[in-house]
Amino acid sequence: MSQAPNENPSCPGKKDKHEARRDFLKQSSALMALAFTPPLVVKAGEHDEAIAGLFEKMPVSLEINGKAYQLSVEPRVTLLDLLREQLNLTGTKKGCDHGQCGACTVHVNGQRINACLTLAVMQEGKKITTIEGLAQGDTLHPVQEAFIKHDGFQCGYCTPGQIMSAVACIREGHAGSPEEIREFMSGNICRCGAYDNIVAAITEVKQGGHTV
Amino acid sequence: MKKQAVGQSMDRVDGRLKVTGGARYFADHQPEGMLYAALVCSPISSGRITAIDATRALRAPGVADVVSHLNVPPIPGYKVENPNPKQGLKIFYDDRIYSNGQPVAIVVANTLERAVYAATLVKVTYAQEVHQTDMAGSIDKAFQNKNMKDYQRGEADAWKKAPVSLEAEYNIPIEVHNPMELAGIIAHWETPDKLTLYAKTQGVKSVQQSLKTLFQLPESQITVHSQFVGGAFGMALRIWPMEVATIIAARKIRKPIKLVLTRKDMFTLVGYRPAAKQRIGIGATADGKLTGITHEAIANTSPYEDFTEAIVNMSRMMYACPNVNTHYQLVSLNLSTPVWMRGPGEATGAFALESAIDELAHQLHMDPLQLRLINHADTDPEKNLPYSSKYLKEAYEMGAAKIGWQQRSQTPGKLEENGWLVGYGMSSGVFGAGRGRATASATLKADGSLVIRSAAADIGPGTATAMVQIAADATGIDVKKIKFLLGESEYPEAPRQGGSSTVSTVGSAVNDVCRNLQQKLGELATANIPAFKDLKVENIQHEDGQLVAGNTRLDYAAVLQQQQLPELMVTTTSQAGDERKQYAMYSFSVHFTKVHVHPATGVVRIKHIVSVADSGTVVNTKTARSQMIGGVVGGIGMALTEEALIDHRFGRYVNNNYADYHVPVNADTPPTDVLFINKKDPVINPMGAKGMGEIALIGFAAAVSNAVFNATGKRVRDLPITPDKLI
Repeated sequence: MSQAPNENPSCPGKKDKHEARRDFLKQSSALMALAFTPPLVVKAGEHDEAIAGLFEKMPVSLEINGKAYQLSVEPRVTLLDLLREQLNLTGTKKGCDHGQCGACTVHVNGQRINACLTLAVMQEGKKITTIEGLAQGDTLHPVQEAFIKHDGFQCGYCTPGQIMSAVACIREGHAGSPEEIREFMSGNICRCGAYDNIVAAITEVKQGGHTV
Repeated sequence: MKKQAVGQSMDRVDGRLKVTGGARYFADHQPEGMLYAALVCSPISSGRITAIDATRALRAPGVADVVSHLNVPPIPGYKVENPNPKQGLKIFYDDRIYSNGQPVAIVVANTLERAVYAATLVKVTYAQEVHQTDMAGSIDKAFQNKNMKDYQRGEADAWKKAPVSLEAEYNIPIEVHNPMELAGIIAHWETPDKLTLYAKTQGVKSVQQSLKTLFQLPESQITVHSQFVGGAFGMALRIWPMEVATIIAARKIRKPIKLVLTRKDMFTLVGYRPAAKQRIGIGATADGKLTGITHEAIANTSPYEDFTEAIVNMSRMMYACPNVNTHYQLVSLNLSTPVWMRGPGEATGAFALESAIDELAHQLHMDPLQLRLINHADTDPEKNLPYSSKYLKEAYEMGAAKIGWQQRSQTPGKLEENGWLVGYGMSSGVFGAGRGRATASATLKADGSLVIRSAAADIGPGTATAMVQIAADATGIDVKKIKFLLGESEYPEAPRQGGSSTVSTVGSAVNDVCRNLQQKLGELATANIPAFKDLKVENIQHEDGQLVAGNTRLDYAAVLQQQQLPELMVTTTSQAGDERKQYAMYSFSVHFTKVHVHPATGVVRIKHIVSVADSGTVVNTKTARSQMIGGVVGGIGMALTEEALIDHRFGRYVNNNYADYHVPVNADTPPTDVLFINKKDPVINPMGAKGMGEIALIGFAAAVSNAVFNATGKRVRDLPITPDKLI
């Protein structure tokens, strides 16, 4: 979370676009707050945060692992950070935050996506499945079983993303051969290098004719 | 008797947690009232901070504080006088900037987004000074510190007089561990003198050790939790300044704080494999007997710490050669401090040595496998000791048969498949088989289950699984009834997980504590249970979790039940003895590759890999195979793709992300055959297991470059072997 090295710092006294926008939001939020909040909260200076909090959030309805959520989130919150930091669904992992590693792969309406590359508010009304929602109670999904059997991991950190991706890979019809699996699973990095075993696990599920 | 557990292909004991998202890594914890931190890092590579203006950041919503050297509360450990000028980067100590990306402030807010945004509002001004990040520009300033000793056996530079000889320079760039899990920490001061951490570490006890001086706290006041670690490969062997920064901020703010680095920060804040320039001189008689090896290396370090590793050591002991000399130096660059990365210095050195051996074989018109066999060391030529075990010749033979070595053409560029040039290459790897000191406690419960605890780590190899198997064989208790708990600083002492020694060190403690538990059960039985009363403890047999005396058998659980004991706990410390002075102990590996090289584009595709491990007893064939293929995948990256590139004008990394720093993906990896010698080392430890994590990678890059030479006749001595170097 470091600050990007700033090669071109803006001129002193002149605010850049983002800062200006934010100040506007804060000011307009404060004005709105005056209209809608009880007098006690109106000391805008002291209650900067509470007021900003109120007006920087947007409502969003999601269905996550079969459960309906009515949430209020800041528009800048990614789906990944919402899951992890606000909903305690920490099975989905952050590996790069740039859509380069696949550790945050979840299903949105059945399709695999990188949860770090989408904002939570963009998923309004969508059905989201995370690794926590894959098993049926105590019965593991066949891909989960196969990952254990074939040791499709070492440290386990990329594993939730690999498994969500693997399930989608089979559903998409991209698990026809080891070569095809390797190609269509290449968006999910495993630094421990369990690729051989991941391919074996997916191949077994595909050939076993399981419903995934 | 039950089947032995050691040697089985057992599923991981924590597999279910890992496939369901239930495994909790440090960042998955959320102590009550936790705040989020974001770092402000230096965009300059050398100089001073002249001002920090945090006004706007502090006014931003949800911001709790901005901590820097300007407002940091006194750190007790910073006052300790240390005569060594190179004592590491003391974070927020003063205004000095030593490297690009060095943290200059930490911003704390009540949400992640607010912390990240507020960090962009901190205005830092710098006085820039001249930096140096290019090793080429600093070679004349190379130095040795007092711990870096030259080595000489026989005559120095004897290779120069050899009938057949060569001298060549080999370069490796900076490589970055880049585990999937981003580094960071959750720090929580529960009281002003009680610190709780959720950490990403290869050793919870070493974290305690590092912090007790800095914050002048007794170890008992520092609790470190690290049950799951999302890969580390060496980067979590030590505590880093960013972790200290978080702990400092948490101490000031009195709230739990979580810091998770960005992928970009993983290049600048948590170590890397240093760049190294190596020169090998090697000579042999016309019939291939080595007469001299000279191995010189220069690697980079930071301005504030000397990081050294065993880059030149393999050349001293791998081959029976009468004359060997090595020389190793450092260069300080404006970069953060390197740290051991899988296979550490040995992997760097093996690339040079095993490439040079291949080059020499070519000059001798000899099969490189034959050259290695001719110069096989039957005893350790450096220590003059016999090996505790060494099956390297068998490993060569097994690997050669599996890859189809006889199809290799001695003349490069002769083979073709579907328009691609075909080459075969091989290399050897070696790493010291260590055994340290560890303590384990074993708690037998009245229901017959066994819980073993030790403050060991598992960064991925499957520590708990191996320990359960070892304990199952030691006690005869079924694996399903045994738990091994690790990653907690309150558990008995264990060393860091590094240097391929966890199974050897902690496994020995597990074995020994189980034996002591049996002894204790025997004592209880002979003292209190009629059927065993007349017996001596040593005459009681142990079988399948039962005490056995003649026809009398009694479950361990029954011993406790009869004594109305809820549990029985034994703690044992275990360490190596004098045998380490009498034997040279090493694990060996042999790597074979078959590559395709596209003649027009220079693209290298590895088609088949065979890696053979001589690592003693294999405790778990499933997880051991995973460890070997993992090392191979790391080796593919080292050979073909990995290179952290710096724009030396700014001293800044330009490919500090997964899109531009290429770690191998699934499609980059061919099917890999892993073969194990799987013969017990009779000396090293009760299990006879040597280490495996490092040898899986050591030497691999040379097996690729040698195969590329065999395919094309082009020798690439600068890693990685990118297409531009072949066209």
